[in-house]
Amino acid sequence: MSNIHVNTIVNGDEVGFLCDPRETLLDCLRDKLSLTGAKEGCGTGDCGSCSVKLDGRLVCSCLVLGAEAEGKKIETIEGMSRDEKLHPLQEKFIEHAALQCGICTPGILVATKALLEKNPNPSETEVRYWLAGNLCRCTGYDKIIRAVLDTAADLREAK
Amino acid sequence: MALDDQRKSGFKFVGTRPNRPDGMDKVTGRAKFGADMYAPGMLHGAILRSPHAHAKINKLDVSRAEKLKGVKAIVTRADFSKKINFTSGKDLETWNVLENIMAGEKVLYDGHAVAAVAATSALVARDAIKLIEVQYEILPHVTDVDAAMAKGAPIVREGVADKSVPEGLNSNVARYHESGHGDVEVGFKEADLIVEDSFKTEATHQGYIEPHACLATLGNDGKGELWCTTQGHFYFQKICAALLDLETSQLRVTASEIGGGFGGKTTVFVEPVALALSRKSNRPVKLVMSRSEVFRATGPTSSTSMDIKIGMKKDGTITAGQGTFRLQGGAFPGAPGDLTAMCAFAPYSLKNVHQIGYDVLTNRPKQAAYRAPGSPMAAFAVESVIDELCKKLNLDPIEVRLKNASRKGTKASFGPKFDEIGLVETLEAAKEHPHYSAPLKVGQGRGISCGFWFNFGGETAVSLALSEDGTAQISVGTPDIGGSRSSMALMAAEELGIPYDHIRCTIADTATLGYNEISHGSRVTYASGLATIKAAKDAINKLSKRAADKWGIPKEAVKWEDGCAVPSGPNAGNFQPLSLKDLTKNMGKTGGPIVGHFEATPEGAGVSFATHIVDAEVDPDTGKTKILRYTVIQDAGKAIHPSYVEGQYQGGAAQGIGWALNEEYIYGSDGRLQNAGFLDYRIPLASDLPMIDTVIVEVPNPGHPYGVRGVGETSICPPLAAIANAVSAAAGIRLRELPMSPPRIVAALNGK
Amino acid sequence: MQYYTPESFSEASELSKNAEGIIRFLAGGTDVLVQLRADITTPDVLIDIKKIPDVKKIKKNPDGSWCIGAAVCGAELNEHEGIKSDWPGVVEAVDLIGSTQIQGRATLVGNLCNGSPAADSVPALMAAGATATVINSSGSREVSIEKIPHSPGRTTLGKGEVVSAINLPAHKPNSGDAYLRLIPRTEMDIAVVGCGINLTLEGDKISEARVSLGAVTPTVILVDAAAKAIIGKQLDEQTLEALAEAARKACNPISDRRGTIEYRTHIAGVLAKRAAKIAYERARS
Repeated sequence: MSNIHVNTIVNGDEVGFLCDPRETLLDCLRDKLSLTGAKEGCGTGDCGSCSVKLDGRLVCSCLVLGAEAEGKKIETIEGMSRDEKLHPLQEKFIEHAALQCGICTPGILVATKALLEKNPNPSETEVRYWLAGNLCRCTGYDKIIRAVLDTAADLREAK
Repeated sequence: MALDDQRKSGFKFVGTRPNRPDGMDKVTGRAKFGADMYAPGMLHGAILRSPHAHAKINKLDVSRAEKLKGVKAIVTRADFSKKINFTSGKDLETWNVLENIMAGEKVLYDGHAVAAVAATSALVARDAIKLIEVQYEILPHVTDVDAAMAKGAPIVREGVADKSVPEGLNSNVARYHESGHGDVEVGFKEADLIVEDSFKTEATHQGYIEPHACLATLGNDGKGELWCTTQGHFYFQKICAALLDLETSQLRVTASEIGGGFGGKTTVFVEPVALALSRKSNRPVKLVMSRSEVFRATGPTSSTSMDIKIGMKKDGTITAGQGTFRLQGGAFPGAPGDLTAMCAFAPYSLKNVHQIGYDVLTNRPKQAAYRAPGSPMAAFAVESVIDELCKKLNLDPIEVRLKNASRKGTKASFGPKFDEIGLVETLEAAKEHPHYSAPLKVGQGRGISCGFWFNFGGETAVSLALSEDGTAQISVGTPDIGGSRSSMALMAAEELGIPYDHIRCTIADTATLGYNEISHGSRVTYASGLATIKAAKDAINKLSKRAADKWGIPKEAVKWEDGCAVPSGPNAGNFQPLSLKDLTKNMGKTGGPIVGHFEATPEGAGVSFATHIVDAEVDPDTGKTKILRYTVIQDAGKAIHPSYVEGQYQGGAAQGIGWALNEEYIYGSDGRLQNAGFLDYRIPLASDLPMIDTVIVEVPNPGHPYGVRGVGETSICPPLAAIANAVSAAAGIRLRELPMSPPRIVAALNGK
Repeated sequence: MQYYTPESFSEASELSKNAEGIIRFLAGGTDVLVQLRADITTPDVLIDIKKIPDVKKIKKNPDGSWCIGAAVCGAELNEHEGIKSDWPGVVEAVDLIGSTQIQGRATLVGNLCNGSPAADSVPALMAAGATATVINSSGSREVSIEKIPHSPGRTTLGKGEVVSAINLPAHKPNSGDAYLRLIPRTEMDIAVVGCGINLTLEGDKISEARVSLGAVTPTVILVDAAAKAIIGKQLDEQTLEALAEAARKACNPISDRRGTIEYRTHIAGVLAKRAAKIAYERARS
């Protein structure tokens, strides 16, 4: 089959690309749209480092075909900060040293942003279970969880 | 041997927690890792791998693959250097690496690379390798270390053993180590109780989330560029040059950001292949490993089979310790049988100690370091036996360890006398920690363990260039695997007396600096740090000379204080301080650019000891273990950036938890790896772990200007035994085989 | 690979009936794409059903039964108060599949048609007495879930047949369902054993029961003997032990990288007891 032409909206911008039917959304974001923030850690939906939002749902982009993005809205790590300002989660991650190598960080930020939008007051257990599909090998998750809980508290206070 | 100018207090920058310099890039997704680089005209590589554990390659036919539209080059072993040959009895690591990255006449493990393709897209490359025809003649294989040592075992390769190996062992035994002092037989006679036990651990993988990836450009003129995720780009430069018959300096290697290494990215796997494909196709080639390739064909740890015998008196004095450690490191020599043996009794001051280590070949991938290679397994065995002795003699585990602890001046089990060390301090901190006395419920148990790693110096070269605006740029050659850029900037700030934010630390490429040893051995904060301090002092020297010239006084009359050159005393003259910026803004006219640098192989790395406390709860019906509470107490010498030291403690502990409870390489009877993915190779999830508390103990290392000890590796040494001891206390059964997965715990509870 | 986006189930059925080679339907993709990337199964024809109307709908029928469209994902089920209240066991089973990200895509239909004996939602669906709406060129019919699994990786569905919806019965008063699974970690693993139980009570005694086990036989199964062990009884220690024994007897597992025969058999008994207790409490409340 020849390449499929896909029109989609990524981080608010209308974009288009050509893809082989077998290429995943992750392949297309990285190789065709130069959005390399999402990473391929496993290709099988086990590590979460490719996390994006698809029509408002947190998903693994390695398990979505590029062709399935037609007409959809996609949000990646690149869309998380507005202009020069970082999202509070991003700031807290730096402040809490919630990253070491940083490869899992984009996926975890996209996932935790989705969490706080759904549940502004998660418990430690709720955060841990929400992030069960985001593997981190460096940190042992401790500082990540603290950063998320701290951000949630700040955001609640700001309201 | 202490450095004369060691500083122990009054730090202004060191010990603080500023934001790391690469933080912004990493939280926005801008940071470029191995697979994040693209080049115009780039091709994609894919590697054909053996589906057999051991087989002869009788025929390799690439003709059908060559014809696939989009295929631009195919390489096999024939495309690599012909000057590197196997020599019986000699360990030529270059040959080992070559044989590993592309099979010669035989495939030696499931996943061994056989050929590689470069094509216009990743999908075409993957389709092409399916068209390569290989005729294999399957040979008997062996994957278990004890089976590999047994009489009649399938032999992986003849002629590998070196002179250390005693007579009577089969050819799979590559190396033999024996060390110790005193007389263990005498010691055992003095004991009131002897415990003798055997232990097994299965191979585990470092489990970094970023697969190996590179972008290679190599021309027929012998000049090349390599972008890759690596712990040691200078080593990669050296080994790739050798494998491809290049002059080392004609290959420039740039280290990308690294998505985890832990020792597994200290050597090459796909990089020489990408270079060979690039040369053959005359285009840049990107090669990224899949997750299953990472598990099958990179460098997991050894698996082990260990026998321990320890004698103890009723009062807790250890009278003798003996250990035999058998390790398989895959189809090549290199399993750290020696290091395992040497670490095993390091925390203990023993009159009589004896250890033997074996390095054995099997049909498995070539092992690589995983944080403190060998030490975690040794600790698992020894610390479990010490725990058993304590329980049987009704003694407190910390008191017993304090009684026998290695201290300054102790003759280590592996030979030299310890200098300043912090083991006792970690034990005492553990004893005082509220975790140690917190109440436990029924079904819950507490375990402790000590751990040790040697740490290491290694070749280091650092350059510190000053800018005209009074800021500084540090170039180091050690990839940042733990936050080291921050620590370098803190140390430079401390010396130069300028703000941390005025200093940028970059990982320079191989063309920019002298040779730098790989980021391993917990050496970066120690060695690159020492070098940064010395380079800063060198820069200060030069700055002081400029001030001296300006004031017309001798250089010896100038000292550096709070970021300024000042006269060293009233006799030197009455001059206003000259800040660093004052001195650099015209440096072009006052003598030229000012750059400090330092090149050496520092010898003063300090060992790091740790004590861990863990509480576990075991569900007796299902055998599932929950880690309730975890405390890491480790000696850092001097914590330059405490958040990143804590990060190392927590990360090592988490890896140890996975290793103890669920992680293992599972081989079928056909010698094939059955769990080559994150689904069935089970690393800890966020929901599996509690918060991990840390205590940084600081007993300065005399060999570093600020007392730094490497910390990255020791943190993985205690968890295996600490958890085994906790599970034993919780469930009343002792597990001697890792991982302590639920089926094993249920079987043990049922008395099998 | 040919990729199609039909706009009706009859079109999807026709496409698959006439296609050659390996044919797969695509809903959430959390199995199909994994198998594609791992070179386990590269479909020649991939039929994406998500452009068909109503595939994302959850509908409550006048009689209280539920119709769940083929593309409804786990997260949507977990957010649906009505289904959660009527069939908490089914929802908790789906919720256990993979991670939050997998929940954003995975579907009941996909979980069923992938044919794994370790599928998490299937024991719960079987215990609930759910059916699948199967469409082929002759029309549409309802098939009990227990008739769908054939063997590991295979269903009883024929060429040209496609599942358009999963149907759950109306919630009966004094009923409760529950699903439990055993995995080595806390999340993310494939079930070593799964157990779904659905009970109806008359007073203290169990008047109806359905017990289903996953990952202990070549397909997910309904265990009549286990149901019989508790029907007509109160859920006391003796009954629970009889239930556990029946569950263990129904096992015919394999030893693999996820569990041994002995362990799986033992755990089947443990989970049957624990799931029964939860279902019982739900039936009483």
